[in-house]
Amino acid sequence: MISIKNLHKSYKIGDSSLHVLKGIDLNIKKGELVAIMGSSGSGKSTLLNILGMLDLADEGEYLLDNVLIEGLTETTAANYRNKFLGFIFQSFNLINYKNALENVALPLYYQGLGRKIRQVKALGYLEKVGLKDWATHLPSELSGGQKQRVAIARAMASEPKVLLADEPTGALDSKTSTEVMSLIQQINSEGKTILVVTHELDIANMCKRIVKLKDGVIVDDQKVDQVIAENHV
Amino acid sequence: MFNRDRWQEIFETIRKNRLRTFLSGFTVALGIFIFIVLFGFGNGLKNTFKQFFLDDATNTLWVNPGKTSKPYRGFKANRRIEFDNSDLDDIKANFKFFLEGITPRINRSVGVRYSGESDNYNTRGVAPDHQYIEKTLIMSGRFINQDDIDKKTKNIVIGRLVAKDLFKKEEPIGKYLEIGSSAFKVVGVFQDQSGDREERFIYMPYTTQQLIEKNNDNINSIIISFRPELGYTSALVFEKQLRLFLKNKKSIDPRDNNGIRIRNVADQIRQNQQFASVLQMIVAFVGIGTLIAGIIGISNIMVFVVKERTKELGVRKALGATPKSVIGMVLQESIFITTLSGITGMIFGIALLSNIGNRLEEFFIIDPYIENSTAIVATVLLILFGAVAGYIPAKRAASIKPIVALRDE
Repeated sequence: MISIKNLHKSYKIGDSSLHVLKGIDLNIKKGELVAIMGSSGSGKSTLLNILGMLDLADEGEYLLDNVLIEGLTETTAANYRNKFLGFIFQSFNLINYKNALENVALPLYYQGLGRKIRQVKALGYLEKVGLKDWATHLPSELSGGQKQRVAIARAMASEPKVLLADEPTGALDSKTSTEVMSLIQQINSEGKTILVVTHELDIANMCKRIVKLKDGVIVDDQKVDQVIAENHV
Repeated sequence: MFNRDRWQEIFETIRKNRLRTFLSGFTVALGIFIFIVLFGFGNGLKNTFKQFFLDDATNTLWVNPGKTSKPYRGFKANRRIEFDNSDLDDIKANFKFFLEGITPRINRSVGVRYSGESDNYNTRGVAPDHQYIEKTLIMSGRFINQDDIDKKTKNIVIGRLVAKDLFKKEEPIGKYLEIGSSAFKVVGVFQDQSGDREERFIYMPYTTQQLIEKNNDNINSIIISFRPELGYTSALVFEKQLRLFLKNKKSIDPRDNNGIRIRNVADQIRQNQQFASVLQMIVAFVGIGTLIAGIIGISNIMVFVVKERTKELGVRKALGATPKSVIGMVLQESIFITTLSGITGMIFGIALLSNIGNRLEEFFIIDPYIENSTAIVATVLLILFGAVAGYIPAKRAASIKPIVALRDE
């Protein structure tokens, strides 16, 4: 599903430049649940941003579902993001003046679907994350865990090939974190490819594979015995 | 632009961001409203100005005798010049081409009596043409006519206020007034828009006035109206030739400017019109200033709006919004708001102006108005600049990488 070869990325800071990714090779198959771990500054968020086409690599090859991602214009990047990718952010990034249903329906709007279909689909995904009754509530009326579940529903709504989660539990307490991870595992078990960036080992252990990054290179990449989150709720 | 979903998205955004909508809408509405009201007041000032200064006939020359300041042809300086009937005839004979009307004026102040009432009034000995030149309106009866001049009749035309003072509610036409030691028959009553002072005059044939004064032929001053179709330059030529002619006739040094004084109303009108155009420029300046203030206001709000939405726009981009759709959404929303509120402000401004009428007359503002085209152009201009002002920050926001926009906590 995802294949990257020799990925490099550096940022300019004043006159000097900071080499963040120093040649990353990574292959992820369909249906995998991969945790990308590393301390802050290891380059894990940068890697995720490049995978999410929110940022561009300086060098290297990136294939997403056998489509070579390179030299993207803003518009094609937007279309790819809309078609291939779903994002889950640490700070949820819900639009605060839209209610839960409208937030979930937003990517469908950018897919050009009609209003009726958007509503039905969005409600379906809200039901899936257990928030059907909260459809008309604004984000400010939801708890952190609920917000993240709305965000997950939103990421799923466009039926992406890959879900990218950047510290999805970073702003949540451990109980809510486990709930959210349980949801992610459930979605993964339905066949969705999911990447989770985290620095918490217990979160990483709820994934099927852990890729460890350090100073811009992969230092460890191994399959793990998945901890089933549901058992800990 | 005509996508129903896009409009729904925009209406939703507007409905849920009332403060933002109100701010930008209010700025535009207020800007247009103030512009229209100020511009209308400027036009009201101009109306007042016109009423004050542009009342009398404009194609007139007022010729007054003066005192010479230079010796000439054996005459000493400081000689007093006087006009007489021959001057009238000579002007008529020599300037037929230019002339429309001509009248002498002999001003006197006399005691007037009518059955117990008496008062002092100013009389003017004039010719029939005086009626047109002074724009005298006859309320009843008639003005002095040529027959009166030729026969030196003792007929007079009195002002509205003279009639009111002396005759009270009596009908004055056909009655006799005692002026000096003779009885004069009232043949007409007039009014004049220039004000009360004009309506306290008594007109009589100038020949009659001369007859009373030992049958002399003296004239105080001469008023000439030239054919209006001549235009300004020809009027100046006429004035110059007339001056030369009179100076020659009265043996005044051609370089002496004090012997004959000619006041050209056209010239004065031109000065007044220059003043009016200065007024117009001030009005335009104030208007443009208001518009610029409005444009700056809407620009500031657009920058603020886009700044406030940076994160939202980043989220939208992450969810698949193209830069074009982001710019389009921001612009369409802002144009929608500015158009709606611009038109509202315009309507309120025009409504206010049309309701003022003469209510602000004491502030020299009469019938303020604004041409519809000016109002519409100003509104469109503000909407246009609002869009341009929105486009620049919107484009910048759309080109920020979503990751940067999202990081902006």
